[in-house]
Amino acid sequence: MAAAEFEVPKFREYPVIPALRPDEMAGSKPYVAAAPIQEALGFPGQLVDDWQAKAITRMGELLDKYRSFRVYMDACVHCGACTDKCHYFIGTADPKNMPVARQELVRKVYRRYFTFAGKYFPKLVGAVDLTRDVLDDWYSYFNQCSECRRCSVFCPYGIDTAEVTMAAREIMDSVGLGVKYTGEILGKLHKIGNNLGLPGPALEDTMLGLEEDIKDETGVDVRLPIDMKGAEVLLITPSADFFSEPHVDSLIGYAKVFHQAGISWTLSSHASEAGNFGLFIGNYEQMRKAAMRIRQAALDLGAKRIVVGECGHAWRVAYSFWNTLTGVGLGGEDPFAKALQQQLDPRHPVPQHICEFTYDLIQRGALNLDKEANDHRVITFHDSCNVARASRMGDMPGGQFVIPRSIIKSVANHFHDMPQDTICESTFCCGGGGGLLTDDLLEIRVKGALPRMEALKQVVDDHGVNFFASICAICKAQFNKVLPFYGFDTSMNGGVHQLVSTAIQLGTKE
Amino acid sequence: MSFVTIFYACIFYAASAMLIGGLAYKIYLYSRTPAPLKIPTTPAPTTTTGVVYRLGREVVFFESLFKSNKWIWIFGWLFHFSLLLVLMRHLRYFTEPVWGWVVLVQPFGKYAGFAMVAGLAGLWARRLFVERIKYISTVSDHLILLLLIGIGLSGLTIKFVAHTDIVDVKAFILGLMYFDWQPLPADPVLLVHLFLVAALMAIFPISKLLHAPGLFFSPSRNQVDNPREVRHLAPWAAELEK
Ligand code: SF4
Ligand code: SF4
Repeated sequence: MAAAEFEVPKFREYPVIPALRPDEMAGSKPYVAAAPIQEALGFPGQLVDDWQAKAITRMGELLDKYRSFRVYMDACVHCGACTDKCHYFIGTADPKNMPVARQELVRKVYRRYFTFAGKYFPKLVGAVDLTRDVLDDWYSYFNQCSECRRCSVFCPYGIDTAEVTMAAREIMDSVGLGVKYTGEILGKLHKIGNNLGLPGPALEDTMLGLEEDIKDETGVDVRLPIDMKGAEVLLITPSADFFSEPHVDSLIGYAKVFHQAGISWTLSSHASEAGNFGLFIGNYEQMRKAAMRIRQAALDLGAKRIVVGECGHAWRVAYSFWNTLTGVGLGGEDPFAKALQQQLDPRHPVPQHICEFTYDLIQRGALNLDKEANDHRVITFHDSCNVARASRMGDMPGGQFVIPRSIIKSVANHFHDMPQDTICESTFCCGGGGGLLTDDLLEIRVKGALPRMEALKQVVDDHGVNFFASICAICKAQFNKVLPFYGFDTSMNGGVHQLVSTAIQLGTKE
Repeated sequence: MSFVTIFYACIFYAASAMLIGGLAYKIYLYSRTPAPLKIPTTPAPTTTTGVVYRLGREVVFFESLFKSNKWIWIFGWLFHFSLLLVLMRHLRYFTEPVWGWVVLVQPFGKYAGFAMVAGLAGLWARRLFVERIKYISTVSDHLILLLLIGIGLSGLTIKFVAHTDIVDVKAFILGLMYFDWQPLPADPVLLVHLFLVAALMAIFPISKLLHAPGLFFSPSRNQVDNPREVRHLAPWAAELEK
């Protein structure tokens, strides 16, 4: 286990809310993006001279463009209901990690420049000028929010701190203060087509290697095609699925499902990434630009369906935003979208989650699954925030909770949920979402994982759980890193389709 | 016409203008600002009817608050529901003849005043003694609670201790409504009560009291979860496609 340079939080005997430790995490900041990274995204290379005025102007523009931001700035009554709901607060006790206090960092500036009370009675309503200290606080604490939306579930007005975080990050980017990690990744995505910066030929090699692995293991020729024109399904999956452990085991799972169902599919080298960090930095244009690659790939390859692999924020962008951004769903009116409409098969939702896809096949009896193959595993399921609170699966509200669990129960015999108040819509973030999955933020990532780890501990102790299933590339990468800090083995970390992969009986149906 | 009458007539006209004008402006701003992306907090209703029910549950039961914190919910709900009864009771000062149902709520409204103050006291106690809530409270948060408690206590005092001539009060209020001013009884507690009410009306559109209209405009609560079926496009986002 890595030696921590900070104190790893202890499991709490009872879930008491910690006493405040002001400024505990004030020093936690990600590396600032250098000029080339920023400029590649169209942002100023470094903090501009008149950043203060520019930031206020940008804030005004965002207030006019985003109803969420405008309403959330006004509606908070400081009731405090959200104060104990953020995993980063629970793990750090830093009061500025309470959702309302995080919002307040922006709200106090909003009040000062945009409201009557703040202009004339700043002390009374807690309004302040946008000073360098305030900006530094923004940079620290808006990079300690994983945009997980847990606070928004519990706020009486649905105030979503994630929206405020996105606005703050966008304002900082617009004056030249960007984060290295997210900026770099977006740059690679725009340039090469995926977050890892893998070019097409490297991808092809990898897929060939995986085909060999599957052949060695099962004796069956399962293909992982790339850029195959005329395939029925275009699979868009996080690029971590190509290389990282345990991600790749789920990719193998998808391939086996397609194989057994006899549905032709392909990956795209042009759009080899489901992730879309444009969401994290709250920039509509960046997010749209990234999403456009997928629409282009679907048209070029002539796919009839678009299926998305296991990734939380990617599914949010795909399910909730792709249609808006690119017109891939119904209702798009530009010629591009219309061409796509004609091509896509209207009997299937666009896009479709790989879990929806597999679930339908299971319902239809199209897969031959041997539950006993997973008998060495006792499984629990982690609801990823963006799937749980920002999207859906299937045709009924809450399908995103039912469908993955139903798949797990169809492929395995031993399943136990973590405590009710830590799953489904109340799920706790893995601690590494929202653009925080970088080593320079390791401390906040480890501390923020506390509530999730506590809930896991409970099912490990009570039921002997040894497999921690999730459907998100970021969650999986984060758990690889933080599980050891809490005394768990990383071998328990895995994907839902990894379980499907184990259970599916190749060669028996196709 | 006494100075007191003229003064109170003026502040009530001013306060009403600020309340109505300010709220109208804010609601105009909210409705004019587009919500470019579908961001309902899920699981969310997939139909408009479902959204109406969701908002209805938030307004009537404070559903989300109930999920998050039972103490704040109890005090908050007690306060708001009592306030509603009290306001309904006060309708008798604005209508002639008094509507039947307003007559029926009179006894409830009378005691709701106590519940209202109790709820407010509970909320204030949390603000003073719960470390996290104290941390996020601003001066204005305390003042607004004090203002509401002041309104409640002065109202209760008029009702149960220092009675005023409510027939004259009603005449004054109807006079304001029909621009036919009538004298206001100069009882000190009544004057305090009315002054605080006018102050509350005036600050409504420039304070956190905007949570009332805000709830209805909150995209995480008022959007239908149907992004795959219906394309949702804000005007400024549509421009990007040109
Ligand atoms: S969105 Fe999540 S991480 Fe951000 S403040 Fe809310 S609960 Fe915390
Ligand atoms: S729950 Fe909502 S209204 Fe209450 S303090 Fe938090 S953000 Fe503000």
